[in-house]
Amino acid sequence: MAQAATNAQAPVEQRAGLGRRVAAALVRRREASILVVLIGLVTYFSIRSEAFFGTDNAQVIAEFSAPIAIIAAGEVMLLICGEIDLSAGMVFAFSTWIFYFANTDWSLPIWLAVIVGLLSGAAVGLVNGLITVLLHVPSFITTLGMAYLLNGLTLNISGAFPVETPGGHTFFRIFGASPYVTVYWALGVIVVMTVLLTRTRWGLHTVATGGNLLGASESGVNVRSVKVGNFVICSTLAALAGILESVRIDTIQALQGGFPLMFYAVAAAVIGGTSLFGGSGTIVGAALGVLVLAVLNLGFTIQGISAYWFDFILGVAIIVSMALNVSLERIRQSGRLGGTT
Amino acid sequence: MSEAAAARPDAPDAIRVENVSKSFGVVRALEDVSLHVRPGEVLGLIGDNGAGKSTLVKILTGFHKPDSGSIFVFGDEVQLKSVTHARSLGIDTVFQDLALVPGMSVYHNMFLNRELTRGIGPLRFLNNREMKKRAREYLDDIGVRVPSIGAEVARMSGGQRQAIAIARSTHSDARIILLDEPLAAMGAREGALIIELIAELGRRSDVSMIVIAHNYVHVLEMCDRVNLLRNGRIVLDKRTDETSVDELTEIVAREYRQVPRADA
Repeated sequence: MAQAATNAQAPVEQRAGLGRRVAAALVRRREASILVVLIGLVTYFSIRSEAFFGTDNAQVIAEFSAPIAIIAAGEVMLLICGEIDLSAGMVFAFSTWIFYFANTDWSLPIWLAVIVGLLSGAAVGLVNGLITVLLHVPSFITTLGMAYLLNGLTLNISGAFPVETPGGHTFFRIFGASPYVTVYWALGVIVVMTVLLTRTRWGLHTVATGGNLLGASESGVNVRSVKVGNFVICSTLAALAGILESVRIDTIQALQGGFPLMFYAVAAAVIGGTSLFGGSGTIVGAALGVLVLAVLNLGFTIQGISAYWFDFILGVAIIVSMALNVSLERIRQSGRLGGTT
Repeated sequence: MSEAAAARPDAPDAIRVENVSKSFGVVRALEDVSLHVRPGEVLGLIGDNGAGKSTLVKILTGFHKPDSGSIFVFGDEVQLKSVTHARSLGIDTVFQDLALVPGMSVYHNMFLNRELTRGIGPLRFLNNREMKKRAREYLDDIGVRVPSIGAEVARMSGGQRQAIAIARSTHSDARIILLDEPLAAMGAREGALIIELIAELGRRSDVSMIVIAHNYVHVLEMCDRVNLLRNGRIVLDKRTDETSVDELTEIVAREYRQVPRADA
């Protein structure tokens, strides 16, 4: 029997000290390091202010986080396969208006209106994806154009006046009028998307497409379908988040969501360990990233620190976490903090 | 060549190339090339840069279409349209870039695009346990050692990656495998292990292989037969046990002493 391939590494882990093992775990499980940051922030803010642990605050964090987490789940899929969607925040508003018109102007039942709203999101994703893979326009540009296009369209069809969200009592209960309902939806999305990413062929092919585009297609993976599909997923989730949010605040506005919401989602994904170079990332990491943003936001508000500093800290957090990701990747590849998964 | 394959002399060739020519503009890359590979045979294809090796490989993988000539796969004439088409006919290629995904585990790479799943109807999930088990068993069986079956390929050495890429091909249902310079950019020790792996796979399996290489010593070690390509033509076809490095060197030297063609 041939003895091919070489130097099986010594099992570093068994002999390594605790510190080294913790370090290895942090390197390996990206979510672990962001969890540490999150716990640190919560500890800091609760020491600084007793008011931090109030139930109202929990609700504030939950309501802030839920729509961002839903969109972030979609952005993670796209970032992993090497693309990005800058139009998600505009789909958030656009699809909500489609949902509104479907129910009021086109007299569709509320459930059908929701489906039409989601389909409008899916359609935007399909267009984004097809333009990106068939015309070879970088998704950054495709979706930037789509963002402005949709914003103009939304302002036009809505007349820029806010309206009351349609729907009956049962619909409201399920779709988010009561506290925490959007959070349950977000948790559901996180679970489903995590399963999709880590337990299905689709998820594996998404990672392969971003990790080695040429190699994946040489292996027969249909990288174009993977990309288009993830554009559709991301936009549909943005539509879902928009409709949920409109029910929660009982209002539909043309300017809800937008670039800030989308960038929060992308920032959360990056803070949570998703690589902008593609090939790696986790939904749970992004959700923890959202919580970091939410805790920072609330903590600063409670302490009476100017909201301007929130953007400042967010900026620092994005740069630091991206730099950390890049260096962690280098350490992982060098195999210095070895060990097995 | 495996004995099972050698025992079937009437079986059609795994791959048969007849009078294939290919030009790129004014450059004649291949001129009237004919070659064949028996089932289970390992054919070494040697020749220096520009001899036409890459062109031949790219024709056999469906990248390029020949200007003239025919290709037969297990006796049937085929028009190779694309890499996917070639693969559907059982021709798999281990490219120099290896087509591995660095951020993914060894076993996920081994099963990329033919993942094992379980579930009901369209609701199917990766059967990681089974993929791990089968990948580990197969690598153990052919003697490929990796640090861990679940470790990322990014952490593997060049030799380990090459071995994984080759193992992925032989583990698939491919019947003809093209190895494009598997020993390029590899240290002597790692190269020796890859040679042993290819020789071992050649001995034990019914898979046919075409190995592109530079080094005569390597070719004699891992191949059953050797073809020498020069200026787009096959100038030598010998069984490796009927030739030697000295003879190959002499033939090549004689070839080179001849006046080069005007268009070369």
